[in-house]
Amino acid sequence: MTWLVFTVLSGIIVGGGLGVVTTRNVVHAALFLLVSLIGVAGFYVLLLSEFLAVVQIFIYVGAIVIVLLFGIMLTRSGEYPRIADNEQWPAAVLMGLGFFALLALALLTHPNLSDERNEINLSILGESLFTDWALPFEIASILLLIALVGAVVLAREDKKS
Amino acid sequence: MKGLDILILTATLFSVFTALSVAVLSLIWIERKLLGRLQRRLGPTRTGPFGLLQPVADGIKLIVKEDLVPSWADRIIFWTAPLLVIIPSFMIWVTIPISRNLVVENLDLGLFVIVALLVISILGLVLAGWGSANKYGALGSLRAAAQLVSYEVPLVLVVISVAVISGSMDLRVISAIQVPLDTAQPILDEARSNFSNFNHVGLPLIFIFPLGLVIFLLAGLAEVGRTPFDIYFAESEIVGGPFVEYSGAHWSVFFLAEYMNTFAVAALAGLLFLGGWYGPILPEWAWFLIKTYFFVVIIFWIRGTFPRLRIDQLMAFGWKVLMPLSLMAVITAAIYRFYEWPAWSLTLMSLSGLIVVGFAFYLKYTRPVLRLAKKYGHRPGGIRNVR
Repeated sequence: MTWLVFTVLSGIIVGGGLGVVTTRNVVHAALFLLVSLIGVAGFYVLLLSEFLAVVQIFIYVGAIVIVLLFGIMLTRSGEYPRIADNEQWPAAVLMGLGFFALLALALLTHPNLSDERNEINLSILGESLFTDWALPFEIASILLLIALVGAVVLAREDKKS
Repeated sequence: MKGLDILILTATLFSVFTALSVAVLSLIWIERKLLGRLQRRLGPTRTGPFGLLQPVADGIKLIVKEDLVPSWADRIIFWTAPLLVIIPSFMIWVTIPISRNLVVENLDLGLFVIVALLVISILGLVLAGWGSANKYGALGSLRAAAQLVSYEVPLVLVVISVAVISGSMDLRVISAIQVPLDTAQPILDEARSNFSNFNHVGLPLIFIFPLGLVIFLLAGLAEVGRTPFDIYFAESEIVGGPFVEYSGAHWSVFFLAEYMNTFAVAALAGLLFLGGWYGPILPEWAWFLIKTYFFVVIIFWIRGTFPRLRIDQLMAFGWKVLMPLSLMAVITAAIYRFYEWPAWSLTLMSLSGLIVVGFAFYLKYTRPVLRLAKKYGHRPGGIRNVR
């Protein structure tokens, strides 16, 4: 049963990923990305970590894909459906292969995966986030703040000119 | 055994869907009647006693209507968009407890799951506007994305502060901490394995956290796109926004989802702030329905009373008023829990913020009128002063 679900989910994820890179329409690519990300959320459910699955849907589906579509729709109307060609694709291929190698390495060196259910204890999660992992948390917050301020500065009209 | 489980689950989901459809029909009837009364009309009278069959007639009309697809439309997106809107608003109801034990599947992270699912329907609206290849549709979906993403932030923050106050994300537990201890004890004991530090308040959160309820209702209204926050499909400006090219059954799917979401926001307000299913004498599901319909009527009342906001007013209100207020809600809730102050301290803290902001708003919107009245020698406050 688990094997079947895993196969179906993998098919969905890989199919969505292939769709993203092969389709010529940017909005369709965003939709395929959505399918792929939801498949990953399914993986998290299969791995018995529901919290991560909900976070995946919340962040990626709820925020990232919507902002992506928002950005696509704000670009010039005549061009946006068919700008899927990009000269950076060799770099993207390199990055993808490198990331795959990294993950494969991690999986091969740590093969002892358990199938026990990890209880989600939100109080422990919150405590470790604000004590042991406070520095990475703060760095991520500052990064987001910088992005926010940068966006405001870029979007602001210059009053003098 | 496996097959029987699946059969039972299917039957349950089917009955939930049926119950929701009936609730939506009742909502449509209440809205038509109430709006009629608020506008000194009678509302529907001809269809059945008190116009009770009006929603059924509306439904039949919508189904019989021809279903048009614009020739320029992107068909795949045009057909998937209504599904993306209706499925999450149905799935929310899986984890909403109607009474102490009447829930399809109680989840430990219920509140979080609901918020995450509410977010998906934004995507459906954006795709609906884009897929129908219409300028008004595209404008509407841009507005929808901007509005819903900005009002999601206060909604999430207020949900977080409710979770902080109660010490849980389980909707059964959140309503249990608001009822007297002898009723709540079994539920809290049962849920103790997942979360350990509950905070049993013993009275509905509206009394100790009124700020939260106000923010939740305002942000919830904006999330489901009810007046005064319905600018993304404003009929008089962009003729229906994302739904402009939809007709017949596909339009009615959006309509159904909107009313289901309204019902869900009202039910959540009842669960989070009025103690959900708890109440004297009547059975628990009846109290749940009473509290839900109480908020439904408030939502329709607001619709009948306030004019629509402009888009810049809407964004300014979201980011400059609701956002600081909801940050204040989180901080006061955290202070209350961390220092373990008595419950009235939170009432004081959250009410003071609400009153300051309300008074500032009152001044902002009455000052121009007062100035004019002074200039022309009218005393403000009534039509009898105007010559």
